[in-house]
Amino acid sequence: MSMIKIKDLIYNYIKHDEEGNVAEENRALDDVDLKINEGEFVAILGRNGSGKSTLAKHMNGLLLPSEGAIWISGMDTADEDKLWKIRQTAGMVFQNPDNQIIGSVVEEDVGFGPENLGVPTEEIWQRVEKSLEEVGMIAYRKSSPNRLSGGQKQRVAIAGVMAMKPRCIILDEPTAMLDPNGRSEVIRTVRELNQLEGITVVLITHYMEEAAHADRVVVMKHGCKMLEGSPREVFAQVEVIKDSGLDVPQVTELAYRLRKRGLDIPEGILSTQELTDALKAAYTGCTSR
Amino acid sequence: MHVPVSERSDMKMSACSRCRMTKRVGSREKTARQKGRYMAIRLEHVSHIYNEGTPMERVALNDVSLEINDGEFIGLVGHTGSGKSTLIQHLDGLLRATSGKIYYNDEDIYREHYPMRELRGKVGLVFQYPEHQLFEADIFTDVCFGPKNLKLSKEEIESRAKEALEAVGMDESYYRRSPFELSGGQKRRVAIAGVLAMKPEVLVLDEPTAGLDPKGREEILQEIRSLNEEQGITIVLVSHSMEDVARYAKRMIVMNKGSVMFDGTPAEVFAHHRYELEDIGLGVPQVTRVMESLEKAGIPVKTGAITLDEAETEIARVFGLN
Amino acid sequence: MAKEITLGQYYPVDSPIHRMDPRTKLAGTIIYIVALFIAEGPLAYVLSAAFLFWGIKVSRVPLNYMMRGLKPIIMILLFSAVFNLFLVEGTPIVKIWRLTITWEGLFRAIYMSIRLVFLIMASSLMTFTTTPNQLTDGLEVGLAPLKKIKVPVHEIAMMMSIALRFIPILVDETDKITKAQTARGADFENGKLIERVKNMIPLLVPLFISAFRRASDLAMAMEARCYQGGEGRTKMKPLRYTKLDRNGYLALFAYLMVIILLKIFL
Repeated sequence: MSMIKIKDLIYNYIKHDEEGNVAEENRALDDVDLKINEGEFVAILGRNGSGKSTLAKHMNGLLLPSEGAIWISGMDTADEDKLWKIRQTAGMVFQNPDNQIIGSVVEEDVGFGPENLGVPTEEIWQRVEKSLEEVGMIAYRKSSPNRLSGGQKQRVAIAGVMAMKPRCIILDEPTAMLDPNGRSEVIRTVRELNQLEGITVVLITHYMEEAAHADRVVVMKHGCKMLEGSPREVFAQVEVIKDSGLDVPQVTELAYRLRKRGLDIPEGILSTQELTDALKAAYTGCTSR
Repeated sequence: MHVPVSERSDMKMSACSRCRMTKRVGSREKTARQKGRYMAIRLEHVSHIYNEGTPMERVALNDVSLEINDGEFIGLVGHTGSGKSTLIQHLDGLLRATSGKIYYNDEDIYREHYPMRELRGKVGLVFQYPEHQLFEADIFTDVCFGPKNLKLSKEEIESRAKEALEAVGMDESYYRRSPFELSGGQKRRVAIAGVLAMKPEVLVLDEPTAGLDPKGREEILQEIRSLNEEQGITIVLVSHSMEDVARYAKRMIVMNKGSVMFDGTPAEVFAHHRYELEDIGLGVPQVTRVMESLEKAGIPVKTGAITLDEAETEIARVFGLN
Repeated sequence: MAKEITLGQYYPVDSPIHRMDPRTKLAGTIIYIVALFIAEGPLAYVLSAAFLFWGIKVSRVPLNYMMRGLKPIIMILLFSAVFNLFLVEGTPIVKIWRLTITWEGLFRAIYMSIRLVFLIMASSLMTFTTTPNQLTDGLEVGLAPLKKIKVPVHEIAMMMSIALRFIPILVDETDKITKAQTARGADFENGKLIERVKNMIPLLVPLFISAFRRASDLAMAMEARCYQGGEGRTKMKPLRYTKLDRNGYLALFAYLMVIILLKIFL
């Protein structure tokens, strides 16, 4: 069974005027189909307003489809009886680290989710400890969240989700408000959870570098799926990506430009090493001729 | 660099009102300005200590001396806590140095009765979150707030607001919209316009692209560049992106632990200090690393490219591409 | 400025009083205050002082730190002292112009001041030794009987703890907004009262908008973490009475009894 299955999903944001009549209807998601398998790491990219955050909020039952449907581990999010089970299965981390930490002490915040689920006290403590260790924040368990850096706060937020024992984590632009150090901290943590704990990860972002490690990349534009495939396949489409208002890593674009100018190197180069190897091969070919 | 007024008719208006504002300063300034090497801001041994004399004491700036010249485009980098935010708040007098002196156009800003409010008009500071400054019911009124505080005439206020909004690419159809309905990039532009309307000679921007998507980042940076090139406004851009600094800035100042660590053109700094930069968590643009890696692999490229275009040109040269 | 106020802050050291259950400390403070108002005569006051200072000593909160918490109330203290000094009738001591100071007034002024100082110190002792979260937990359990008359005790406690978490964030944000607007030439310091109030608008609007935004984000984050009110929740740190609390209660009741006995028999 797939972890997340989305079928013909349409979502309209409806704006009401003062009398409560419908004033404006904006289609935020337009007929989206997507399947995410257990244990996968999927990155969803897109400009602000491309519908990627709206899609994320559907995966946790925070928004319900206007048309179509979405299943989390086989549970329809429209089924109210399953709502809490869905939220426990697919945990969510948001953009602003300050606005999702509820506790005044790190460990108490991590315990908030399990408390809501009615987990017995002793088990809460075990879960809190384990989750804080997983994100590397155990040393800060007694700290006040206000004294942490942005990256550390996001790791605490991730621990807070992990303590609910989810099978899937959805991260809605978790790095948008962080500095480069904080960003790499968070991405490293997420990759570890995916690889070591087998957690399914859906990462929403507009940083291409962060998507390079994903198993699969989905690019959104105007509420539709524009591109889908492995990072290599997607990054090969430099023009389409730029047209969606996104960017590719500098090395990818450099390779693309050189290829376009007639250099014989493969498509979709993702790292400095790959480009070096490709150019070296091309150079030896060049000189030996 | 500053373009002489006579050459660009579309700039006449802004240049004129600029003169009006700065007429207190003598003619020496104008000639210096045309040369483009006038010292706008000079810091001498500036230190700043937070909570001095308490257990929470923290040295944020440690004996910083530097000059910011007229017409420059400076990229200010340093990781969180390096002192760069503290530094920029000194430039317009929001924070007062614990010790040291700051001169604006050769005038000591810490002397008695120095017109601080005028200084804040001349050194415009745009903070990271536009949400922290937008408050009026519509965009136009919000942009008028700054010039209104400078006690200008109504006509002058409105013409400045119009000009500023134009400069950041917000057309008239937006004027009566609420600033809270805008997208992130538009909010950022209105925030910049709000400071531009005060006609600053120096514009300091604290990470103006944080949280924006790549297209939005690119657009804002292009507009900042044109403010520098077409209107001659001195720019100090605080950024976390080495790629952006490489591409836009003409001078780069690296802060670390409250001191200036490097100061030079981006090409110099990136070429000579790669490892030091990596040690303090900053690094160099990806293409710079690519070129080094190519050289190590035995491809005879010249290293030192800091932008995509430079790297492309150099590799194309070696491979004989046209 | 806000940092100088020590009243209501937590003082992080480890002591038997810190380790006590918040309910004990809440009840203890109430008992102590009740006793203060029953107390009569010098002996009862000496006893109250002894009990309080013993508590402070055990808590390991420095006395001068605690005294600093009294600064904000000095004015109230002086006012009530002067009020009592002149307005209580009885045997006159001296007469200044039309005002008479009486022996009764003098004693009353002294007693009232001591009462007020002790009251503040006792409540500070509680806040210095109890984290905000423990305090709200204690309140939630302590006020639980009110649920019967439909008082939303859990919600009130949750609101309190969220408020305590967000106050530092909003203070910090206020500082940033002030700077952003000052950079645009705003003036928050000069001018007449009405002008100054008007000048606050550029500060207050962004602050309120941000607070609402945070509230709505937080509500969504809580929902995503399966928060559905107090029902069915368990506690990570449930309140538990220990031997310390028993001793605490014993000491408190003993003290209260002595005060009552003194009042009856002296």
